[in-house]
Amino acid sequence: MNWLISLEQIADVHLPDVGGKGLALARMAAAGMNVPPALVLRAGAYREYVSVTGLRERILLELNRKSFEDMRWEEMWDAALRIRSMFLSTPIPDGMYEEISRGVAQAFPSVPTAVRSSALAEDAGGTSFAGLHESYVNVRGADSILEHIRLVWASLWSDGALLYRKELGLDVADSAMAVVIQEIVSGRASGVCFSRDPEDAGRAIVEAVHGLNQGLVDGTVEPDRWFLDRASRRVLSHHQPKRESAMRPSERGVELVPLSAGEAASPPVDERELALVLDQALRAEALFGGPQDVEWTVRGNALHLLQSRPITTGESADESKAWHLSLRRSFDNLKVLRQRVEGELIPALIEEGRTLAQIDLTGLDDASLAREIQRRESLARHWTDTYWEHFIPYAHGARLFGQVYNDAVRPEDPFEFIALLQTGDMESVKRNALLEQIADSIRQDPAIAKMIEQGAELPRPVQRMMSELAQLVSPTETHAGADTTRIARLALQASRVQPDRQGPGTPSRETLENRFLGSLPEDQRPWALELLDLARSSYRLRDDDNVYLGRVEAQVAAAIAEGRRRLAGRATRSADALSDADVASALLDPGFVPQAASASAPAPRVAVKPRQLTGQPAGPGVSTGPARVIRAHEDLFTVEAGDVLVCDAIDPNMTFVVPVCCAVVERRGGMLIHGAIIAREYGLPCVTGVPDATELIQTGDILTVDGFLGIVVVRRAD
Amino acid sequence: MLDSRQDAWRQLRALLQGQALAVLATSHEGHPYCSLIAFVVSDDLRTILFGTSRNTRKFANITSDPRVSVLIDSRGNTDADFHQACAATAVGREVKLPEAEYRALRGKYLERHPHLRDFVASPTFELVALRIETYYLVSRFQHVMELHLET
Repeated sequence: MNWLISLEQIADVHLPDVGGKGLALARMAAAGMNVPPALVLRAGAYREYVSVTGLRERILLELNRKSFEDMRWEEMWDAALRIRSMFLSTPIPDGMYEEISRGVAQAFPSVPTAVRSSALAEDAGGTSFAGLHESYVNVRGADSILEHIRLVWASLWSDGALLYRKELGLDVADSAMAVVIQEIVSGRASGVCFSRDPEDAGRAIVEAVHGLNQGLVDGTVEPDRWFLDRASRRVLSHHQPKRESAMRPSERGVELVPLSAGEAASPPVDERELALVLDQALRAEALFGGPQDVEWTVRGNALHLLQSRPITTGESADESKAWHLSLRRSFDNLKVLRQRVEGELIPALIEEGRTLAQIDLTGLDDASLAREIQRRESLARHWTDTYWEHFIPYAHGARLFGQVYNDAVRPEDPFEFIALLQTGDMESVKRNALLEQIADSIRQDPAIAKMIEQGAELPRPVQRMMSELAQLVSPTETHAGADTTRIARLALQASRVQPDRQGPGTPSRETLENRFLGSLPEDQRPWALELLDLARSSYRLRDDDNVYLGRVEAQVAAAIAEGRRRLAGRATRSADALSDADVASALLDPGFVPQAASASAPAPRVAVKPRQLTGQPAGPGVSTGPARVIRAHEDLFTVEAGDVLVCDAIDPNMTFVVPVCCAVVERRGGMLIHGAIIAREYGLPCVTGVPDATELIQTGDILTVDGFLGIVVVRRAD
Repeated sequence: MLDSRQDAWRQLRALLQGQALAVLATSHEGHPYCSLIAFVVSDDLRTILFGTSRNTRKFANITSDPRVSVLIDSRGNTDADFHQACAATAVGREVKLPEAEYRALRGKYLERHPHLRDFVASPTFELVALRIETYYLVSRFQHVMELHLET
């Protein structure tokens, strides 16, 4: 079989086998435009590979664990990582490997190449989705090229592609991908050209950076931007950024490097080159019959065209999808974000929670309390927005590390890297350590257990620790006495759990760190350590940001609780019937009538019960115990030693009960959510992403949580 | 009903109405015995009806022990079954149906399996009715729901 095809051999009929990018390059080459030499690995090769190796059905099994509609973006990322790991551990069959290897070695004997995706639906007609599939630059030698071909294939199932599956026409059953292997042109300046400005049909836009255009594409390097007149090729305006750095080829692909003073002072290209770029873009426009988005680079005096695809407008019409795509950050981009998050945003968020807690709500009159509720709600919204805009993208640091770790180490468990990120100094772990300290006092002195059961006065040090924990667990409680009683009960349960549990046979952090560094060439280790440090900070924040945000939200809840207390005093109204949102309105207006609740659902004709529920394996291990379903904050204090915690989503105010439990089941899915993080920290089996978990499972059901397979077996006493 | 519960019910109905053949498990002195059967299901999914000659082993087994299990599945004997196929295990017992209900279901049986007309007309033919108490529905490889039919 001829898996490889050269640009000269490609004709229009090959589109379903070479993809949009492959065909576009072939047509440009045929028209005499200056495109780098390239080979295309036909989509048939992908199909053969996934069929012969059995990967096709493994991918389908992974993607059919639950319906796409029920998947959160984090779960899509997890699924994409698992699939990527399957590709990494599945070699290309021998015959095929030899043929591709021979062809590639012949075409690119010693030159560096770019290995790019050429999806069959992408770039083909009206659709264009940049950045959903992977491309790798500066890949040398046949073995490395074949390695990267598998990574490009895997990116057919990237999280972004899964998210855009409908728009891409991604058919889970038989989608395939072609791969373009292109000689890399290491230009001194690179950029993109939009042959027609979507805002003004008479103009074109050129963006340019020094070095390679990887930095421009992912937003790490801010480009110079020109508007040009399409007819006269003349420059209409020029926006100059603060030029600081450029992407250059390096051992690990590309690297952000500071510019020399000379480069920083001058635009990457001159007016003659701009006119040349526009010229070629207009040629591409004529060739393809529509406005084009052309990637180009300049080496010496020669302009090279790297790819061309149709400009589509409104591709970010769906805001949540656009946001999701913005999560894909490069290492350099994340470093910048880290400074902002750690140096500025987190300290401000902590301060916000602290300041709010100092306000005495009981001292406010009704109108001021109503305004305080509204102010706090607005603050909480602001911080929630910040959370989505900055904290979640920063969490991508842990993901980026995971990918680098998996590429280097090729572990059997694609989430092995998480153990390397845990450092034990997360806020919630500190809080749990305090509970463990109290539990330990009870274990050492059985008399304390008796005192708790009888409600007697406790020894001063124990009492002090309990007050401290009560403050940390529910900073909103006004009746501290009642709260320490609940803490005491919980500590009693915690004392019945064996201390110092660890996951079964999890390798130590040192082992994993050595394994990771040992898999990398020596000159890449300093960079790898820097990335690990960033990933640890990103991972820690994934839990801590929730704790801090939880403190602000707790202050909203405290103000609403105070409002309810006052409303309950008004004889005419039941404060319980009011939604949180209505409390402030009711405080301001005694005649306020809340909107009626919707009618209840029709009665079932058949009793449907869960028997075995599928989720994601988020913490290894197996445990059996009675379910404790958490529907309200108070339910937390009813948890008993050995219960299986079942909840919608573990929020920061809940994690303190985790050490008392024997397993965790969560409706919300993901490997890096803090429920899964805390469960792993304590070596507890954890299954996340179980749809309707808190509705289908009842407190008292006997659950067996299989954290290896990601399933929960339910036994119910009839 | 919750969405996931309604989904389970819809999925079960589609499976039972879509399949023509199923595997019947009977027992003889405590030993299980499986047979392939052509079946039809009542609209409320409570009754599964299958035809047999009265001389078969399965008929003899049911006569001495009416407890049965039936497996209905949508497998196509390809790799895709692992993510695509679903299966229902029905548990119940053989019952004698009231005449009117029997007649209606017999008509339905012939409609579903018109090519079995001669078989059904044979004097040794028996249409056996199974009253199902519980279905265990397996989908997505390992997702299992129990559907208990209220009597």
